[in-house]
Amino acid sequence: MDSALLIHRLHFAFTVTFHYLFPQLTMGLAPLIVVLKTLGLRRNDPIYNDAARFWAKIFGINFVVGVVTGIPMEFQFGTNWSHFSRFAGGVIGQTLAMEGLFAFFLESAFLGLFLYGEKRLSPKAHWWSAVAVFLGSWLSGFFIIATDAWMQYPVGHTIGADGSAQLSSFWQLVMNPWAWWQYAHNMGGAAITGAFAMTSIGAFYLLSHKHQEHARVFIKVGVVAGCVFTILQLYPTGDGQGKMVAYYQPVTLAGMEALFEGQPGAPLVIIGQPNMDERKIDNPLIVPNMLSFLTYRRWEAEVKGLDAFPQDQWPDNIPLLYYSYHIMVGLGTIFIAIMVVAAFLLWRKKLFEARWMLWILLLSLPFPYIANTAGWMTAELGRQPWLVYGLMRTADGYSKTVSAGNGLFTLLGFMGMYMVLGILFLFLVRREIEHGPATIESAAGHAAGY
Amino acid sequence: METLWFMIVAVMLTAYVVLDGFDLGAGVIYLIAAKNDRERRLILRAIGPVWDGNEVWLLAAGGTLYFAFPQLYASAFSGFYLPLMMVLWLLMLRAIGIEFRIHLQDPVWEAFFDVVFCGASLLLTIFYGAALGNVIRGVPMGADGYFFEPLWTNFKLGPPTGILDWYTILCGVVALVTLTVHGALYVAVKTEGDLYLRSRRCAMLLWPVQLFLTCFSLAVTYYVRPSVLENYQRYPLGFLVPLLVFGSLGVMIWATRKEKDKPAFIASGLYITGMLVGAVFGLYPVILPARSNPDYSLTIYNSAAGHHGLSVGLMWWSVGIVLAVAYFVFIYRMFRGKVRLEEHA
Repeated sequence: MDSALLIHRLHFAFTVTFHYLFPQLTMGLAPLIVVLKTLGLRRNDPIYNDAARFWAKIFGINFVVGVVTGIPMEFQFGTNWSHFSRFAGGVIGQTLAMEGLFAFFLESAFLGLFLYGEKRLSPKAHWWSAVAVFLGSWLSGFFIIATDAWMQYPVGHTIGADGSAQLSSFWQLVMNPWAWWQYAHNMGGAAITGAFAMTSIGAFYLLSHKHQEHARVFIKVGVVAGCVFTILQLYPTGDGQGKMVAYYQPVTLAGMEALFEGQPGAPLVIIGQPNMDERKIDNPLIVPNMLSFLTYRRWEAEVKGLDAFPQDQWPDNIPLLYYSYHIMVGLGTIFIAIMVVAAFLLWRKKLFEARWMLWILLLSLPFPYIANTAGWMTAELGRQPWLVYGLMRTADGYSKTVSAGNGLFTLLGFMGMYMVLGILFLFLVRREIEHGPATIESAAGHAAGY
Repeated sequence: METLWFMIVAVMLTAYVVLDGFDLGAGVIYLIAAKNDRERRLILRAIGPVWDGNEVWLLAAGGTLYFAFPQLYASAFSGFYLPLMMVLWLLMLRAIGIEFRIHLQDPVWEAFFDVVFCGASLLLTIFYGAALGNVIRGVPMGADGYFFEPLWTNFKLGPPTGILDWYTILCGVVALVTLTVHGALYVAVKTEGDLYLRSRRCAMLLWPVQLFLTCFSLAVTYYVRPSVLENYQRYPLGFLVPLLVFGSLGVMIWATRKEKDKPAFIASGLYITGMLVGAVFGLYPVILPARSNPDYSLTIYNSAAGHHGLSVGLMWWSVGIVLAVAYFVFIYRMFRGKVRLEEHA
């Protein structure tokens, strides 16, 4: 691989992976905060507002890091991927500009109001500001997904005389079926991160005998949301997303499964290591015919393998693609098990005493982050070697004027900067967790800050 | 259609500079005007609820630029690769400075984050000025519409052209002084007591410098790019812009003397608007001039997105901007008035 190409790919991959650790929590927490505020309004119980205030602070910290790591993403379209921008800007400029105009303004304006305006606003108005933050963050997610979906499955464009893609149908762009499945699946993933974060902190407080009443609220809301979203993540959204890949990027599906040879009644590989030299899976643990069934709902259906495609169309890192996909699916399955058991215990009113389960909930915090990251790696590695599927190869999209040396310089700079940012972020969040949920009076003193 | 989008992008960028400009400026005077922890917290409180919202204008303006002129976005962003990356790092450092200054109550770290916040703000104003200077001076554009500028060469206009030369550094200094005054006037609007007096004095002391730099930079700009006057000769209406610049400079010092802080702050915003509008008016229809060969310059015509996309964009943009302005008016009204620290804080 051309070294400048590699540097630019790593540059984007590193910065976007780090960036997405933060929006996935804010997008996941936003609806849960609305739920807490709604309960507070309905039941007129301050405990829900205290809980919402606590999570709004965590949200606020994540939002700031999300914004400062998000600006580099927009910039990199121009700085590191200028040939791609010239080619695709006429189409995806639409969705990216709409994100700025519709989502960011909404989210940032009302987040300020939500965080600093609780005393000035009526409870109703404060509830509305939570809803506006939720809408803003989920709209933002949609426009980004619509952008990525166009790169996965380009629709609604024509190729102009200068060779660049130009918008021909706005509705096709925003109603792209790929975008809607991917959006549903991605937001479900974010909601799972939010739900696990909430239950994990709740479990931590219960286990350490602190803020127990708030902790029960966190766990109740988190487990119910987690149970719903982990199941939706498998069906229908995961299934729908998988079908999109099977129909429109069959070679990607073959790569995800590391299915070297096409066959009727293809097996599903649970565990095993792709061996690219011998074109087989080492140490496989398989479920016969399962892949055919999952993809086409017929046990004997023919699934195309990598051998059906010329090698220059194959995703360029099949083992990593295969692992990303299997990690995502494996973790997703475990999440369902955890949340269903927790919900059962909650229903039987045994969860708050079941220390073993609280420990599991506490320790599960990092795994939704891993699953979400692996999911995005599946999407992006799976699209390779294309930058815009079928239209532009990744190798043609980067900035030819920015040398590998300059790219490496800024990549290292970002690594250093993000390390500092990450440490400071953990420090701030730990401090909020240490401090715990507080009443509005004592919160004013603490938020002092200001 | 292209001209309309050119104006839209210019308006959004101006909105960004005017809005984020005052919180950047507040960062620059932060160490000088605010002497103790209480006063520093007051400044942070004055910009706290709005600074990240202001920064969103950068994202929105960037997104709109990308949407309307993808060719320009591709060319300029890859050509100004290194300084843009540094702007990103500075924006991050500044956010870190603000957030941690607010949340950490520890004298050692407070002092550290004070310097981070102030230093990053100061460097950002210079970078923004230098960026504008680069656009006015022109870049070493190749025939394929791409270029790459090193950070500096020999500090002359080139060739070889670098990001920093005497002209772009001058532009950086103009931006620094302008935004410092802008920020000082904002702090004056939002505070009382010693802090109020000091930030007002800051603005008054810098005013003569600002006046001198304005005249000097305009003269020098004519030397660097004589063609900037062509549009003014063609459309004499354009001479209203320098009128606005000097008029608002006059109002600024008059209002500051009379302790009419809000009018002074608004005049400063108009001054910035005038300077930016004057620059883009002089360049139009070019948006990124090529210093090497004028034929390679990027104009609004050869760098715009397709017509269908631009007209669709006009529809959602009109809705979006009305909403965005409504949020901003609402938020600034919510947080209007002087800031005070709560006693038990």
